[in-house]
Amino acid sequence: MMDALVLARIQFAFTVSFHIFFPAFTIGLASYLAVLEGLWLATKRDVFLQLYRYWLIVFAVAFAMGVVSGIVMSYQFGTNWGPFAEQTGPVLGPLLAYEVLTAFFLEAGFLGVMLFGLDRVGPKLHFAATLLVAFGTLLSAFWILSANSWMHTPAAFHFEDGRYIPDSWMGVIFNPSFPYRFTHMVLAAYLTTAFVVGATGAWHLLKDKASQPARVMFGMAVLMAVIVAPTQLIVGDLHGLNTKEHQPAKIAAMEGHFESRAGAPLILFGIPDVDEAETKYRIEIPKLASLILEHDLDAEVTGLNAFPRSDWPNVPIVFWSFRIMVGIGVAMILFGLAGTVQFFRKRLFDEAWFHRWGVVMGPLGFVAILAGWFVTEVGRQPYAIYGLIRTENAVSPIGTPGVAGSLLGFIAVYTIIFGAGSFYLIRLMRRAPEIGLEKPTEKGPLRTTGVMPGPALEKGPHPH
Amino acid sequence: MFDLATIWFVLIGVALLAYAILDGFDLGVGILFPLGRNEEERDRMMNSVAPVWDGNETWLILGGGGLFAAFPLAYSLVLTALYAPVIGMLLALILRGVAFEFRFRTQRAKKYWDWAFIGGSTATAFFQGVMVGALVQGIRIEERVYAGGWFDWLSPFSVLCGVALVTGYALLGASWLVIKLDGDLQERMRELQESLGLGTILAIVLISFGTMFVNETIRDRWFGREAIMPLWLIPFATALLALAFNRAIRARRTVTPFLLALGLFATAFMGLAGSLFPYLVPPGITYREAANPDNSLAFMLVGAVILLPLILGYTAYAYWIFRGKVQAGEGYH
Repeated sequence: MMDALVLARIQFAFTVSFHIFFPAFTIGLASYLAVLEGLWLATKRDVFLQLYRYWLIVFAVAFAMGVVSGIVMSYQFGTNWGPFAEQTGPVLGPLLAYEVLTAFFLEAGFLGVMLFGLDRVGPKLHFAATLLVAFGTLLSAFWILSANSWMHTPAAFHFEDGRYIPDSWMGVIFNPSFPYRFTHMVLAAYLTTAFVVGATGAWHLLKDKASQPARVMFGMAVLMAVIVAPTQLIVGDLHGLNTKEHQPAKIAAMEGHFESRAGAPLILFGIPDVDEAETKYRIEIPKLASLILEHDLDAEVTGLNAFPRSDWPNVPIVFWSFRIMVGIGVAMILFGLAGTVQFFRKRLFDEAWFHRWGVVMGPLGFVAILAGWFVTEVGRQPYAIYGLIRTENAVSPIGTPGVAGSLLGFIAVYTIIFGAGSFYLIRLMRRAPEIGLEKPTEKGPLRTTGVMPGPALEKGPHPH
Repeated sequence: MFDLATIWFVLIGVALLAYAILDGFDLGVGILFPLGRNEEERDRMMNSVAPVWDGNETWLILGGGGLFAAFPLAYSLVLTALYAPVIGMLLALILRGVAFEFRFRTQRAKKYWDWAFIGGSTATAFFQGVMVGALVQGIRIEERVYAGGWFDWLSPFSVLCGVALVTGYALLGASWLVIKLDGDLQERMRELQESLGLGTILAIVLISFGTMFVNETIRDRWFGREAIMPLWLIPFATALLALAFNRAIRARRTVTPFLLALGLFATAFMGLAGSLFPYLVPPGITYREAANPDNSLAFMLVGAVILLPLILGYTAYAYWIFRGKVQAGEGYH
């Protein structure tokens, strides 16, 4: 029989896993839209405006799903994790309040202008609205990642009267793991979005090699992959070194190392057996783990046995999630390399096999983000605040039926909206980017995302 | 007197009032949605709030997040005690929020998203009312931990508050639509204003009397030996607003009834706040007991003082951009 703690954890994992797709996607898309509109204003090339309008609708759908699933997160600390909220309120509360004050209002306030306002405010102000929304998504990530990082690497506080009291806000916000986590997450959002855009471009290139918008999408996405995917590898490595310093048990679980040893091998694959404290059927590269983690072939790497068993995270989940994330990252880098080769062969828009590969890569960024999230959050267990509050002591005094009932409610509603939302998003991205777009005339009214006259609706860009 | 905890008590009160009157009218539009006779009418109703609803709803996150940030003890106690209505509200808000996008993405399933919008808006309003009612009744706490059961929040009084808030939001919605629409639909909303206004005032009276039975502290504050006389200005102001509202709709005013309806919400809210002060979780926990250390409150106050005027400024700007009547077929879809 499952108790309230397990159910509350499942509920949190379920709601946050669902939620994280949408901020990740909208952080990337908002910046992409800002780039597109900026390019349109600078070059006046229609294709950028067409793409802006095309992705704006996708953005609106994803944003709505992010907003509604985010509200759930902001109330869940109180419903299911009351003692946690009470103890960490002095530290985490203000960080989340700043997220609302700096980011949410900004995004919500200018989203309306972005979606409905081009005709009413003109292109320059509209561009400002797009920039502010994009900036808002990044600010939101800043505060959330700061709060989350503090839960992993708490700093600049003292404990008093059952609460964690901040000593220095700079110390709290810029806690030791924050810079790595924030950069890693934002780059992940950009990469994920780039691969969705690239897959959409590739899909349309497979149908029509000459499609200008498809070429622009695909080309921009490949450029992003070339630059960001290797950068992410470096940032990920730095993040790993930081984790090794502050959460060594997590690193040991990621690596699948149960025994501490000098000259530790890098385990590519294997099956961690927690009962026997051994990773079986290993395929490994000698000494590489020592090299990566310590930059020294013979350095000692700490294994899980250095920690009491009650402090181990769930090893198989962390071990496998980490391999999925890294595997996808490597695939992205290879895709970028292949794209570079195609570019210099002048075949970037002509090789169908490469475009099919691009389509397959489309959803993988989301998988990598989810896997990475699992690595870091499951790896933090059994602590809610690393080293300070154990998860079992963070849960509200609530009974099983209530948590079970609400969990079923979330599963039902999320299944409906996720099913419908994914269906609509895919349908939006499958429509060819040119259809139904009137070209803006030099001096005529801008018919972009703003007000449309009644008759235009009949033949207008309606994706119904 | 005006220490940091008090300032935050007032600020969160203001955020919640801002939420109630801003999201109130767009939830009201959802509640009244079945009255749109055809797709075009419903499109216009929805588009009258589509550019601003998201900003309106953000005040709810500020209210909830602010409670966590300033009074974490109250946040954890209240949300645990009101678990079921909170989850009900969240699920309703999800369905309603995505309806704004989804209903324009499909022709076949449009009617289902219409119902998600109607049901989600109505249930959100109802559960919010229930939560207010349950809070006024009081929450059982022992040793700073919630000590009640699953259904303590459910009572005739809390259900009355739920129905009252649905009626009140519908009044705000109808008054908003009178401003934003024209023609036949506007005329029907005008007619509704009168009965919804009557219903809202009746609900305020009923709840005011009901409160005297469910909460002794509040009764003493109004009628007991330690009654606070300035509080009586509130029902007096409510009566004046009600009379003015009645005159305004008889004179077929367009904007005035909306403002007066907002005024009714504000006085009802002040009555509530005046009745509960200084308790944040009645009957036992005052806002001071629930407050975060000054360090945290001061850090947030710096941000709030700088950012709130900015937020109000650009929110007003957004409303200004979308002023005027909603035309048929308006939207970016």
